[in-house]
Amino acid sequence: MTDTEPGRDWPLWEVFVRGRRGLSHTHAGSLHAPDAVMALRNARDLYTRRGEGVSVWVVPAAAITASSPDERDAFFEPAADKPYRHPTFYEIPEGVRHL
Amino acid sequence: MSAVAAALPLADDALVLSHRLAEWLGHAPELEEELALANISLDLLGQARACYALLGDEDALAYRREEREFRNLQLVEQPNGDFAHTITRQLFFSVWQELLFGRVTGTGPPAAVAAKAVKETAYHRDHAEQWTLRLGDGTEESHRRTQRAVDALWRYTGELFQPLEGLDIAMEPLRRDWRARIGDILARATLTMPEGPDADAWSAGAGRQGVHTESFGRMLAEMQHLHRSHPGAVW
Amino acid sequence: MAPTPPATAPAGPGPAAPPQDEARQALDRFDRAVAAETRIEPRDWMPDAYRATLVRQIAQHAHSEIIGMQPEANWITRAPSLRRKAILIAKVQDEAGHGLYLYSAAETLGVSREELLDRLHSGRQKYSSIFNYPTLTWADVGAIGWLVDGAAITNQVPLCRCSYGPYARAMVRICKEESFHQRQGYELLLALSRGTPAQHAMAQDAVNRWWWPSLMMFGPPDAESEHSARSMAWNIKRHSNDELRQRFVDICVPQAETLGLTLPDPELRWNEERGHWDHGPIDWEEFRAVLRGQGPCNAQRLEQRRRAHREGAWVREAAAAYAARHGAGGGTPAGPEGR
Repeated sequence: MTDTEPGRDWPLWEVFVRGRRGLSHTHAGSLHAPDAVMALRNARDLYTRRGEGVSVWVVPAAAITASSPDERDAFFEPAADKPYRHPTFYEIPEGVRHL
Repeated sequence: MSAVAAALPLADDALVLSHRLAEWLGHAPELEEELALANISLDLLGQARACYALLGDEDALAYRREEREFRNLQLVEQPNGDFAHTITRQLFFSVWQELLFGRVTGTGPPAAVAAKAVKETAYHRDHAEQWTLRLGDGTEESHRRTQRAVDALWRYTGELFQPLEGLDIAMEPLRRDWRARIGDILARATLTMPEGPDADAWSAGAGRQGVHTESFGRMLAEMQHLHRSHPGAVW
Repeated sequence: MAPTPPATAPAGPGPAAPPQDEARQALDRFDRAVAAETRIEPRDWMPDAYRATLVRQIAQHAHSEIIGMQPEANWITRAPSLRRKAILIAKVQDEAGHGLYLYSAAETLGVSREELLDRLHSGRQKYSSIFNYPTLTWADVGAIGWLVDGAAITNQVPLCRCSYGPYARAMVRICKEESFHQRQGYELLLALSRGTPAQHAMAQDAVNRWWWPSLMMFGPPDAESEHSARSMAWNIKRHSNDELRQRFVDICVPQAETLGLTLPDPELRWNEERGHWDHGPIDWEEFRAVLRGQGPCNAQRLEQRRRAHREGAWVREAAAAYAARHGAGGGTPAGPEGR
């Protein structure tokens, strides 16, 4: 027995919430909605009901392109051996200020 | 007459509609909608409590008055019916409530309650409006159900424009605005505005006079029975 | 809070075919990551059995949240004060929200919510047996908050460190939001216990009925729990059923004392040697019978769930049809308001 008719599901949306002014939006979770207008309202009802947000984005989950774990090494390892990009790489004599 | 007098009918409207919406919990058409209906129910319950607080003990007012002492609109006590029926009830009420609260002026206690509630009400109206568009202009079945709800609930809308004791708000302009907004939303939803009478032909009155529909008594019986079974108890 | 499903459900797909070299390397990487407490994320390679175990557990957990709305919602329309009414609506609403978070976590494993709901509605997946007991009085709302949510919290806090990222994140959010659930239940019972004799009796009766089913929520004794060992190796489960049950009993005994209520177990006594409370034997026959569908509310709970879904179908279809006609934007531009 099935109560469902495939193909009628509401699509999945990813929700991003700005916690307070001055912060960027961060991923809060996902939900289902028939369209963007309803997704935004559902996101407000679900993810900000304890005052967690001042602004919400919703994005169709299908619209997100993500890097693949298979490409992880090629994508991210080359950044690991370039310590000169970090300020702690440099030795500055003690007592030098405002650097 | 003190502006506080208006707090009772407004509180009763909010309490009764909150109760009806809470009946949906566990029965909503989708999980997301469980959250939405519960949020609106909680907003309304908060409005009711804020208004009762202006008048006395909230639980005495909610749990120990008889049916004929309640001053809520007959519209809000109507049983939920299907989702289209509930959404239409929400639409008729929230458009009215938003217009009304937007006109409450002054600095007294009811004005403070209205100032907070008008923001909540704008959201409730938006929720009802969005759903009315989707149901009216969705499938044949949803259109049929929604038109049926609009027609069935129309007769309870005339009461919205009875003057409210203590509030100096002209009801005729409010009625015009309400009809214009409802007309616009229904048209966009491909629904037809009813032409029949918007009130009963019975001089005993309606909810504002403490005359209610039959299902309201059963709703109150359920709501009040536990509280009344333990006189003087603290919960 | 809905309880974590105990490890009693039917097994998922069996172990995969003997791994080829590449597959063995992937498995090694996976095992090392789990052992090192690295979180597994949706697009990472994972063994089929790990995926199946997670889908089963997260889905059961989600089902428990939404079925768990029913016994408490049963009292919303009768809540005896406006304050209690608001609390109860907010709590039942949270349960819907938590079901939603959990279905979302399960969906990251490649199974849709619709499919999971279908498995629930057709009886192929279970929810926690505790919700097959009826809420007979107002005090049951308190007993559920104190005991059922208390047991669930004991089970769930360790899941915030579960190896699967989306599940762990959902649990962090759920545990944070639920901190009020147990407290409101305890406060409700305290008010009854200190109230009139009739209220006190109502509270004691509820605790009498909910105590043993709450202990059963931790699942069968370790010796009989078929999936525990593997789930623990995968860092899906962190403590054994008996260990968590003991923790719960130790927490509840002094709390009951403050409440002025008696836990219905004459064999409950402090064991100096173990440093724990000993409790009497649990009626596992009842547990298995309820699990088999012979509990007082199994049919009723499932039927309400099915009906809500069935009667909501035309609403979901209407919104989908509207979106198809007016575009997924919903008829209004919905771009972000600028970064």
